[in-house]
Amino acid sequence: MSAALVLEQAFNGLQLGMILFLMAVGVTLAFGVMSLINLAHGSMLMLGAYFIAAAGTHITAYPLAFVAALLLTALCAVALEWLVMRPLYQRGHLDQVLATFGVSIAINEAVVMLWGREAVFVAPPEWLDGAVAITETVSYPLYRLAITAVAALAGLALWLLLAHSRLGMRIRAGAENGDIVGALGVNVRLLFCGVFVISSLLAALGGVMLGPLIAVQSGMGDPLLILALAVVVIGGVGSLKGALVASLAVGVIDTFGRMIWPQLLGDLLGNIVANGAVYLLMALVIAIRPTGLYGQHGN
Amino acid sequence: MPQRAGMPTQTRIILGVLLLAALIVPLLGQPYYTKLVSRMAIYAIAALSLDLLVGYAGLVSFGHAAFFGIGVYCAGLLPMVGIDQAWIIVPAAIACAALYGLFSGAVSLRASGLYFIFITLAFAEMMFYVAQGLRMFGGDDGFRLPRPTQLMAGLSLGNPVVLAYTMLVTLVIAIYVARRITGSHFGRVVIAARDNETKLRAIGLSPYPYRLTLYVIASALCAVAGVGFANLVEYASPASMSWVVSGEMLFMVILGSAATVIGPVLGAVVFVGLETVLSSLTEHWLFWLGLILVLRVLLLRHGLYGLLSGRGQR
Repeated sequence: MSAALVLEQAFNGLQLGMILFLMAVGVTLAFGVMSLINLAHGSMLMLGAYFIAAAGTHITAYPLAFVAALLLTALCAVALEWLVMRPLYQRGHLDQVLATFGVSIAINEAVVMLWGREAVFVAPPEWLDGAVAITETVSYPLYRLAITAVAALAGLALWLLLAHSRLGMRIRAGAENGDIVGALGVNVRLLFCGVFVISSLLAALGGVMLGPLIAVQSGMGDPLLILALAVVVIGGVGSLKGALVASLAVGVIDTFGRMIWPQLLGDLLGNIVANGAVYLLMALVIAIRPTGLYGQHGN
Repeated sequence: MPQRAGMPTQTRIILGVLLLAALIVPLLGQPYYTKLVSRMAIYAIAALSLDLLVGYAGLVSFGHAAFFGIGVYCAGLLPMVGIDQAWIIVPAAIACAALYGLFSGAVSLRASGLYFIFITLAFAEMMFYVAQGLRMFGGDDGFRLPRPTQLMAGLSLGNPVVLAYTMLVTLVIAIYVARRITGSHFGRVVIAARDNETKLRAIGLSPYPYRLTLYVIASALCAVAGVGFANLVEYASPASMSWVVSGEMLFMVILGSAATVIGPVLGAVVFVGLETVLSSLTEHWLFWLGLILVLRVLLLRHGLYGLLSGRGQR
């Protein structure tokens, strides 16, 4: 294993970690503020990817297509919140899990109805073609670096929004006690809708950026969602810091694991361990701290 | 919460009619319908085992398909080393599922609520990836069952009629066992833990060992359904333990009505019926299934059994 390979894998791990962070923050935000368990979150990532593919065929300027894809996802999120999610906020976990699971399989099939079962092609923007020389011997694709940077910026923007803006203050207050916030004259319905849209947009942003890198097809978001759920469990529900730490840890462990374990344990066992490593980490964390690294409440 | 003392008359009637119909169908000599009966019975056993957790213990597991898959892989892999007798395969499946249930349950039951749902899902996903990693057994694609499971006296589960009757008998035994468990002292502790954990702790009982025991029992029961499923589709693949299967099982439980024993059976029958009808109507039946699931949750609050037994809908 050369130093160059280690460096490249470190960048890949960082990138996976940041995408997982975008997903996990959405899950944790929806649960923290609206007590909503959203298993349709992976579908929002998938919608982002399909929308950038569709927008790309009509709009040549990448930034415009990028914005269009996010806007389309936001529209879907508003409709979804209004029709399905809003009645679910007051329901128990089981109802939320089932209804959002239903939404997820319906959306997964809807994209097949619209775009077919074959994977859809998404072109990366031309001006992000090429590679950056990191050291004299190692170069890394510019597009992948850009993804990591944009995801990090989105995370930073979210933190600024939550910690330092009036809206963020309301969202945090809503997470503490939605009824009181409502009684103080804040439109809680609108607030919750806004949070759901933000949460969906974070996932869609991941999908838009992953489009050129992974196969855009039905159900593409679900493995990432499940990984993100493991991240949320490890980091602790409701904690941004926990989500960040856990996503980066999971991203790096998963990426390096796929390289290291097969070399150590042989192809078969190595692959199994590499695939299960993240979940074993999760089991370990839960065995020691049942509410995750930074979590406070589980109900 | 539903009544548990004694089986109401109308439950007996529904069960009786269903069982009678199920017993007659394989005699008609139509393999398609015989297999449909098997499928319903298999999913009914799986849904019943999940209902022990969801309905009675209030533990929403989203990873129950893992144990189903363990049963499927036991029925698929053991014949490769020359073992095809049911009396070895079924106990082996039960033992494997119980062991994984003990491990994953011991960890996930330390958590509660949202964490429990996510952790069970993650553990099932881990099993899914393990199955996917078995490249010499087809990896993601899975493999054809080398040989169906053999009962004694030359009876093979590869024969649709034998399979249907075997799964029906298993289902009846499963219903009996589930009712005995939920009616026992043990079952009452589990139910009490669901309803008021604080009170249970106050009288000096810790729910953890009870829940873990139930989790292991439910896991083992589901693996038996998995063995049946492998023989029904004559195939073993990671798809049998995907998170979609876990979701479908939960759907069956809640479609019928949780914590009623009869509910999940009814749910499984209706689910398989729905799947069969929808998939014959349109290629995109999953879309409609998803919509029905959403509508069921939003509109029909007490499940089909609630509708039949006339409990009010809100």
